[in-house]
Amino acid sequence: MTVTVRLFASLRERAGLATITRTLDEGATAGELLDALHLDFPGLSGVGRIAVAVNSEYTDLAHRLRDGDEVALIPPVSGGCG
Amino acid sequence: MLLLTDRPIVLDELLAAVADPAAGAVVVFIGMTRNHNEGREVEGLEYEAYPAMAASELEKITTEARARWPISRVAVAHRTGRVPIGMASVVIAVSSAHRAEAFTAARFVIDRLKETVPIWKKEYFSGGAVWIGDQSCHSGTWQEERVAELAPVPGTSAVSERDGAVAPAGTGAGLPRS
Repeated sequence: MTVTVRLFASLRERAGLATITRTLDEGATAGELLDALHLDFPGLSGVGRIAVAVNSEYTDLAHRLRDGDEVALIPPVSGGCG
Repeated sequence: MLLLTDRPIVLDELLAAVADPAAGAVVVFIGMTRNHNEGREVEGLEYEAYPAMAASELEKITTEARARWPISRVAVAHRTGRVPIGMASVVIAVSSAHRAEAFTAARFVIDRLKETVPIWKKEYFSGGAVWIGDQSCHSGTWQEERVAELAPVPGTSAVSERDGAVAPAGTGAGLPRS
């Protein structure tokens, strides 16, 4: 299955990309996606807690992704820690 | 009215959006770019948003405000892009019959906005620039969360923030050390 990953702010700068298209095994979780992204983009670490949203809804790392999902990696927003 | 704009916010538009002949009070909060932060002289701020989700999260917040307090209308405008010193980055207007709930609801909206709405702030100062929020959030990192998820055994020794090298079960792949 294919998902679209959106990166913002410090994550976007560290990866050098705003959007990444990623192919994953069926049933892969958001956490497994982050694991895979981190291997390709080690600069993604070090920004503190990353929240994950799937199709504009906050979710957790155990969330199982589906084909066509838009996954946003959300670094800390300006008010404080997630 | 929920607005994301890269142009200067027009206060009159928000006031018009909350106008109600039954309202005896309108409370307006304006978040401005100030010239100092954490001992640094700030030259300006820049905001970046995830537009679709910022809109839906703002909608949730204003819906909650209306559910919790007997207010009339709420309007929110947030800028994206560069916001110079002394200019407004966010404006929240709340109208209600009486002032108490307008103050309370306006406070709730801005506090909640800063927690959940996917808008990020980059601060420019003479030595460089920094995304606000990153440097203060070093607990509960993604690596720690993944470790907890993969080895949820009570009493397991804690993994420090700097040690991310744990192999997910069954994959053979290791997380790089942070």
